[in-house]
Amino acid sequence: MDHTTQDPIPRRPAPPSRLARRKQGGLPVGDRLFDIVILILASCILVITALAAFELFRGGELALRRYGLGFLTGTTWDPVHAKFGALPFIVGTLLTSFGALLLAVPLAIGAALFVSEYAPRWLAEPVSYLVELLAAIPSVVYGFWGIFVLAPAVRSIQIAIFLSPTLRGIGFLRSTPTGLGLFTAILILAVMIIPYTASVARDVLRLVPQDQREAAYALGATRWEVMRHAVLPYARAGILGGVLLSLGRALGETMAVTMVIGNRTAVVHSLFGQTATMASVIANEFTEANTQAHLSSLILVGLILFLITILVNIVARVLIHRLTPEGIA
Amino acid sequence: MTARLLSGPDRARRRRRRVTNAFATGTIVLAAAIVLTPLVLVLVYLIGRGVGSINLAFFTQLPAPAGESGGGVAQAVVGTLELLALASVIGLVIGIGTGVFVAEYPDHPLVPLVRLLSDALIGIPAIVMGIVAYALLVVPLRHFNGLSGGVSLGLIMIPYVVRATDEVMRLVPRVVREAGFALGLPRWRVVLQIVIPSAASGIVTGSMLAMARVAGEAAPLLFTAFGNQYWNFDPLKPVAALPLVIYTYSISPYDSWHRIASASSLVLVVLVLLTTLLTRFVFARRTG
Repeated sequence: MDHTTQDPIPRRPAPPSRLARRKQGGLPVGDRLFDIVILILASCILVITALAAFELFRGGELALRRYGLGFLTGTTWDPVHAKFGALPFIVGTLLTSFGALLLAVPLAIGAALFVSEYAPRWLAEPVSYLVELLAAIPSVVYGFWGIFVLAPAVRSIQIAIFLSPTLRGIGFLRSTPTGLGLFTAILILAVMIIPYTASVARDVLRLVPQDQREAAYALGATRWEVMRHAVLPYARAGILGGVLLSLGRALGETMAVTMVIGNRTAVVHSLFGQTATMASVIANEFTEANTQAHLSSLILVGLILFLITILVNIVARVLIHRLTPEGIA
Repeated sequence: MTARLLSGPDRARRRRRRVTNAFATGTIVLAAAIVLTPLVLVLVYLIGRGVGSINLAFFTQLPAPAGESGGGVAQAVVGTLELLALASVIGLVIGIGTGVFVAEYPDHPLVPLVRLLSDALIGIPAIVMGIVAYALLVVPLRHFNGLSGGVSLGLIMIPYVVRATDEVMRLVPRVVREAGFALGLPRWRVVLQIVIPSAASGIVTGSMLAMARVAGEAAPLLFTAFGNQYWNFDPLKPVAALPLVIYTYSISPYDSWHRIASASSLVLVVLVLLTTLLTRFVFARRTG
């Protein structure tokens, strides 16, 4: 093992311990044992990832064999006749995730700008802390709140649309006013993913060199022009990383979505329509799946989710790390 | 002075820029306010609805039959603690071990891969980890059990603990290690008796945050620990958990169950927020 250049912690320097000297320069027994134990613990993470991929693949194999690529495009999810196509959930996941991003990203960037550029110090600290608390509230609790507060509110919007002569004709807004459905899920997801974009954006904005701002001010730019032309472009890659982290969260978010999305296994046609996502269908049907094909199809959905979220997260980390060598998220 | 030198169109442009600037400031302040609104709404709602339903019975009694008032979720409170204990055994041992590896062996060829996987694991949905634990421990045992629930939570904990351990251990100054080496201590004693103790408060903080995070997870428990309406201390049988109670009770049609769900939500949120606050203000200060 050679010493590479920027090792912050030196390898054991001379003089070696008594034990090592006795062993003619070899590592002491304790050190070797310690190295082995630590290496075993660290390789657990490799084993776990491999095992997770293997188990998901093994569980989903039956469905993969039976339905092949048609699994991704099939629109029928019918456990009784053992016909399984995951398109309704893929559509549901994409719509909820990107809908939530559409709402969350501008708000998150706004909040990050507020915390890092606009707010006085005494306000910035507590606000950024409170934003992070949003991520600490458990998903089921958001779901509980969604059922009892958000859903009734959405229901009254639906009723208002139904009663409005101009809006009721638009197919995209048509729905049964239950308050549970795509729109409610998007709202709650947006709240849940804001802190991920916001905290990364805040950290990246703080890394923008002060010179960058001062140069723009010196040209007579207003504060907004400084943000718009000097600060935000500089932080763009990092903010994108934060957005991808939020996307990763949104794709896999389960409980809150399951509780408010209505759990209908069909492709959704209305903004307020009841549907399901990949994660929510697993949560909703896994314990009830009593045929091999059903269970295997659910696990296959899990495998797809696993692969997509790994990919999204790795890209996000790479973006964030490239910007900041030590990594901030 | 300058204003007078500007011609008409220039003055108009200046005004437009000023208005845009004011508008942007307003929008940004508004965005921050909108972001914090749901937090306030959720907390106010939980307190308003949950406080009245928390009493001694909530913590000491088993659930009342559906539709009847009274009863508690004592078995779920204990079950959550049981699952957390199981999860911590896995999460803390592997997590801290891996964190030590990443921080103390930076030139080991496996470090980049371990870091990458640990980052990737954080993003894997909890419910997928539930499927993995199901395949590993529920299928062979042929029934739902607490052990599989604990394992799924433990798997979720690992990457959070790795990151926290790695970060705080790298904060320990290199001179501290060198002082240990200068005394002739072997590497393992330097790490175990010098580096880890000086990073201890940070490791504890990170571990507590990881525990707080998984304490509220319901998704992976749905088909592993499964939940239980009765006392059960056997980890090889179904175990109850507060997040599961919140889920099943809030989608039930009974008002008395909704009340239990609101109380459970409040208890869970208070627990999680207290941990977060405590670690932030008590421990974080010490590590600087």
